[in-house]
Amino acid sequence: MENVDKLEMNSSAADRRLSTLARHLAVTINNEGSSIFSSPTSAGDSAFANVARAPEDPILGVTVAYNKDPSPVKLNLGVGAYRTEEGKPLVLNVVRKAEQLLVNDRSRVKEYLPIVGLADFNKLSAKLILGADSPAIHGNLVTTVQCLSGTGSLRVGAEFLARHYRERTIYIPNPTWGNHTKVFTLAGLTVKTYRYYDPVTRGLNIQGLLEDLESAPTGAIVLLHACAHNPTGVDPTLQQWEQIRQMIRSKSLLPFFDSAYQGFASGSLDGDAQSVRMFVGDGGECFIAQSYAKNMGLYGERVGALSIVCRTADVASRVNSQLKLVIRPMYSNPPIHGASIVATILKDRNLYHEWTLELKAMADRIITMRKHLFDALGARGTPGDWSHIIKQIGMFTFTGLNRKQVTFMTKEYHIYMTSDGRISMAGLSSRTVPHLADAIHAAVTTVV
Amino acid sequence: MALRTAITRRILSSSSAVHATRSMSSWWKNVEPAPKDPILGVTEAFLADPNPDKVNVGVGAYRDDNGKPVVLDCVREAERRIAGNMNMCFDYCLTISNFREYLPMGGSNKMVEETLKLAYGDDSDLIKDKRIAAVQALSGTGACRLFADFQKRFSPDSQIYIPVPTWANHHNIWRDANVPQRTFHYYHPESKGLDFASLMDDVKNAPNGSFFLLHACAHNPTGVDPTVEQWKEISYQFKVKGHFAFFDMAYQGFASGDPERDAKSIRIFLEDGHLIGCSQSYAKNMGLYGQRVGCLSLVCEDEKQAVAVKSQLQQLARPMYSNPPVHGALIVSTILGDPELKQLWLKEVKGMADRIIGMRSALKENIEKLGSPLSWEHITKQIGMFCYSGMTPEQVDRLTNEYHIYMTRNGRISMAGVTTGNVEYLAKAIHEVTKGA
Repeated sequence: MENVDKLEMNSSAADRRLSTLARHLAVTINNEGSSIFSSPTSAGDSAFANVARAPEDPILGVTVAYNKDPSPVKLNLGVGAYRTEEGKPLVLNVVRKAEQLLVNDRSRVKEYLPIVGLADFNKLSAKLILGADSPAIHGNLVTTVQCLSGTGSLRVGAEFLARHYRERTIYIPNPTWGNHTKVFTLAGLTVKTYRYYDPVTRGLNIQGLLEDLESAPTGAIVLLHACAHNPTGVDPTLQQWEQIRQMIRSKSLLPFFDSAYQGFASGSLDGDAQSVRMFVGDGGECFIAQSYAKNMGLYGERVGALSIVCRTADVASRVNSQLKLVIRPMYSNPPIHGASIVATILKDRNLYHEWTLELKAMADRIITMRKHLFDALGARGTPGDWSHIIKQIGMFTFTGLNRKQVTFMTKEYHIYMTSDGRISMAGLSSRTVPHLADAIHAAVTTVV
Repeated sequence: MALRTAITRRILSSSSAVHATRSMSSWWKNVEPAPKDPILGVTEAFLADPNPDKVNVGVGAYRDDNGKPVVLDCVREAERRIAGNMNMCFDYCLTISNFREYLPMGGSNKMVEETLKLAYGDDSDLIKDKRIAAVQALSGTGACRLFADFQKRFSPDSQIYIPVPTWANHHNIWRDANVPQRTFHYYHPESKGLDFASLMDDVKNAPNGSFFLLHACAHNPTGVDPTVEQWKEISYQFKVKGHFAFFDMAYQGFASGDPERDAKSIRIFLEDGHLIGCSQSYAKNMGLYGQRVGCLSLVCEDEKQAVAVKSQLQQLARPMYSNPPVHGALIVSTILGDPELKQLWLKEVKGMADRIIGMRSALKENIEKLGSPLSWEHITKQIGMFCYSGMTPEQVDRLTNEYHIYMTRNGRISMAGVTTGNVEYLAKAIHEVTKGA
């Protein structure tokens, strides 16, 4: 195989690749009979040569673009991760304390959690969302399993439904978090939408919502954002929740709550759980996915819980056993660290109280930013009604800006947001609000 | 807030009319109770047993010679540093300023880099040439599941060949990924070793381009590994047939005490140019069980393909858990990224492996000392955490009922549960239930 030596070599990578191939070819030629050349996936042919590159995640792609921008005035209003007034990520004090306690406890071991996760964590999470005095908890009607944050809780719940529930369709609001559709589809459910956001009022299209639920097949699953709807920030009022509840129960639809912002929206943990408690209070069944990513700032630890409220304790116990069969072949058992932090905080009266204060501070800062932005647009005489900025709730504002306007703002003002016009209020500070207001003003007056 | 609650109460009390219209029975009343997990059920039973002599040789989690679970020193130190860093000003630690925030979908790049070095070699060309698509995964289970989902999506007509026996959860993983399963011969009950001839027949008879699941080292549950020569033959035959090799490596370092040696099977395949897949876990070898840290890697033809494959793996992870947990990954990258800590880790891994190897000898000697007529060679020939004792389910039941010794009914003994304190008792019990065989 002297020819190999004479081949042009462009790069050292090509060098190595060619010499490896040559070695194999030499081996083959010397053997009689066997012809590796002709076998379909000989060493050298990938079994996955047909794999195309997947598109960038639209939300995370925003941060990628932001990071590349050298402008000193750039602003990242893409990903929904909380930032302080100084624009820094925040580790809550209670989390620091909890972690120190855990580190200093030499008796702690890191062995496998049970498949359903940390027992304390599960009980405390159910109490957090349902209320300590919830009859459903006292009646052992709730089964709770630790999962990987909100995403994991949704996926495990959806897989269970795909296996055990008679209806395979889930109705999700339009719009909703970008990952919802994929989660439910991969779990084996069919996804349909119900009207939710009204672009004209920039508020809730309650009429459309109720109509769409009414025409859903009996028993269909309905995804509800417990509070601080993502991406619009538009939540039903309590009266509207009651209408929704009645419609859902009258059609025997199955509510599946996604609760990613409890405490983060209004600043009150109980307040933000009202919608869920209303449904559980009527004695019906429901699913609840909880996340501690935002309200405890534990994003990367992937801590969450799936609770299923059943009619009887026996059913809850059987459901629990089946959830294990979903989880075991997915990741065996959930990660211990984040859940330990949460349990440490929730079970300690002082830490819990401290947490509520820090949570309220985060929520208040966001509400303040909303007010600042609203006032700044008013001061500039920016055309249009911007009251939705202070009416919407939670981390995000659906500005109502269109794609072209968003692109303009990125290009001219170095402001990064998702192309649907969603901005993360958590990414704003008093210092940067004027820049954003200028950008919105320019976009609205020059780009249509 | 009080007003809100008052309104809620009024709304709830006025909705009693609705109660009459809701269905009275549960949607889940037809849900069957699931069978208990066979392995984890053993520990449950053990914990419930009040007998003071009880021995747990069921679950595969390492125990020290006092029968206690172990947190490695290198891990404690890494955690101390991580917790300490939290109290530093964020400006100061830019590299880990976002460490509590979301990892990228593919996980911690640093942790993945270090992990690939372990499997593929520090100087691996494949790493230099960026030909490996790799993502952080939820320990070994998560890595296998991600691969199974990927296999289903991109090789939809393929099946997976699984050795007999194997870790029970392997079957669940590929089943839930909707990939059809076939089996290949592996364990030879008569010799309590490898059924090499049948294994090779199965490899040859499988259609060209089949997907095979191989245990890189310390086969679970048998502890029976092919020799280096046998691995070479398997690799060659895989080349002839164009088969895809997926390695599950859950015990690197834990088997022989030497991670390089434990990766030999993989290195042989790489030498032969196979484009392998590999699942790695830090559950046992770093004692990070509950942190769920692992890695899935796929060797590709070139960097471009590796980028494409990685992007598709991320597409599968996103709707499952969005991004992997950060804490365990931080521990791994802290340890492997610091030469001193890495040395400490290697020493501690060797310590664990040596203790197990020592217990294997002790168990065998003790049984032989009691005059057992049977051969117990396999105890010391097998490798890793488990010993496939060859005992029948009935014999295992006697061990549990009469001697309060807990293990899975396939006769698998977790050697990590054996200590100098209980090895004689265990030997005696085994001898008693097998001597009439």
